[in-house]
Amino acid sequence: MTILDVNKVTKSFGGLTAVAKASLKLEKGELVGLIGPNGAGKTTLFNLLTGIYTPDSGTISLYKDGEEIALQGLRPNKICSAGLARTFQNIRLFKDLTVLENVLIAMHKNIKYGFVPSFLHLPSYRKQEEKLVEDSIELLKIFNLDDKKDELAKNLPYGEQRHLEIARALATNPKVLLLDEPAAGMNPAETADLTRIIKEIRQKFDLTILLIEHDMSLVMSICERIYVLDYGMVIASGTPEEIRSNKRVIEAYLGEEVNNA
Amino acid sequence: MKKLIALGLTYAVIQILIMTNLISDYLQATLVTICINIILAVSLNLITGFTGQFSLGHAGFMSIGAYVCAFITLRNPTIFGFLIGVFAGALAAALMGFLVGLPTLRLRGDYLAIATLGMSEIIRIIFINLEITNGAAGLNGIPQFVNWTWLFIFMTATILGISNFIKSSHGRACISIREDEIAAEAMGINTIKYKVVAFVIGSFCAGIAGALYASYFYYIKPDLFGFLKSVDILVIVVLGGLGSISGSILAAILLALISTYLQSFPEIRMILYAAALIAIMIFRPQGLMGSRELSLELFGKLGDSLKSKKGRV
Repeated sequence: MTILDVNKVTKSFGGLTAVAKASLKLEKGELVGLIGPNGAGKTTLFNLLTGIYTPDSGTISLYKDGEEIALQGLRPNKICSAGLARTFQNIRLFKDLTVLENVLIAMHKNIKYGFVPSFLHLPSYRKQEEKLVEDSIELLKIFNLDDKKDELAKNLPYGEQRHLEIARALATNPKVLLLDEPAAGMNPAETADLTRIIKEIRQKFDLTILLIEHDMSLVMSICERIYVLDYGMVIASGTPEEIRSNKRVIEAYLGEEVNNA
Repeated sequence: MKKLIALGLTYAVIQILIMTNLISDYLQATLVTICINIILAVSLNLITGFTGQFSLGHAGFMSIGAYVCAFITLRNPTIFGFLIGVFAGALAAALMGFLVGLPTLRLRGDYLAIATLGMSEIIRIIFINLEITNGAAGLNGIPQFVNWTWLFIFMTATILGISNFIKSSHGRACISIREDEIAAEAMGINTIKYKVVAFVIGSFCAGIAGALYASYFYYIKPDLFGFLKSVDILVIVVLGGLGSISGSILAAILLALISTYLQSFPEIRMILYAAALIAIMIFRPQGLMGSRELSLELFGKLGDSLKSKKGRV
């Protein structure tokens, strides 16, 4: 069952076509990798999917409970509410807020009380806030961040900041999770830990995950399918084995073979 | 509970001082200025300090509250008329905040500052040119209803309301905009909505402050609410610390006291005032309180640490 259908999406900046008629499909529950050389348009594609950029042409559809939701042209917050959450390549936490507050903000849409209870701290405020804090701590436990909930996000070690970004994205209760280089800058031990966490949350939250990553050992070991992007175009897709031996992929990464050498 | 006792004590002590004439009329005017400035600074702090939207138009919203309240109390000089005047003034300011905020809050940083500055100048010039506002001469003989009790009620309502708001999920949504607008949107926060909400709440409170001003000082004219007034309020907010409510309160009190004390040196008053501002900004660039808050617990901790130090000696 398809959950995310990206159909011939194009985005140009002036004369540069960053993403050119890229199409990809995610089946429900899949863990799919998106790879490509630097500047191939991977992050631009993520920005198109999450509404930070609007595509010049093409459609993006999310299927939720049998309903089709057209995502192209929606504002980022609407796309997030529709069930598509992301992390950022260059960490974008709310740095001067605590770990707990970072997650609480992402849970904002669960809040039902209006403005009046928020001025007066009425019982409806208290009850819902307590529940929200409980849920947030529950979520932080998965990442072993619950005992650091009152620390400022900027004071966390790098690896834990990456974890917190994932936790924050999960707090929005997504159907599809987009991870933009979650292992960037991590050492092998941290990457192994991350791999375990990705597998765990996928099970626990019934997620479909699309992951940009340069760490090939991570991509090849956990992704079921891989899309390869080069110059904004999808040049190959398939299982890790197929991608490993695909001639065009090798060319994209290493350059063409010169025939008359 | 502790909070209520502290509030009650503050009110009672000052009320007694006023009744026993220990606070002279002149000092009372300073007290009124402090309270009004606290309302203005705390509400601007919500817009600039917590939501991160740089506004230079706060005096414009204040003037709307002042004129609306003046109109109503001039025609209906009863306490009932005064209360209606305050709320009508606040609502009119909030409505203006909504109308101005919706288009301008799509701008960022410096552009927003210029747009809000322009807006408050437009309001001022409209008041100068309207006949019913009596032009540049302003409105005179506004009945005085404001006393310490009313000031205290409106001031505490503003402080408690806004500090409660920022501790709610709606308030956190505003703070997330200041922290990182793109990330906030990606986490499902409707940033435009919450910028406008902060702006409307801020201008509502500025309207209250304006109404109280009109009702205490008998007399208002458009020039009182010019660019300089907006900057005055911004100075209090920055000096107290962006994102600290207790900082805004402290700074409002401190600046009013400095200004009052310097009245005895009229020639060099503004120079000394400016020098004091520069000194504070050099030694506390993050503002008096940074983004932290004073609390009763903090006093408790201070007391404990003092005790333990004495114990060791």
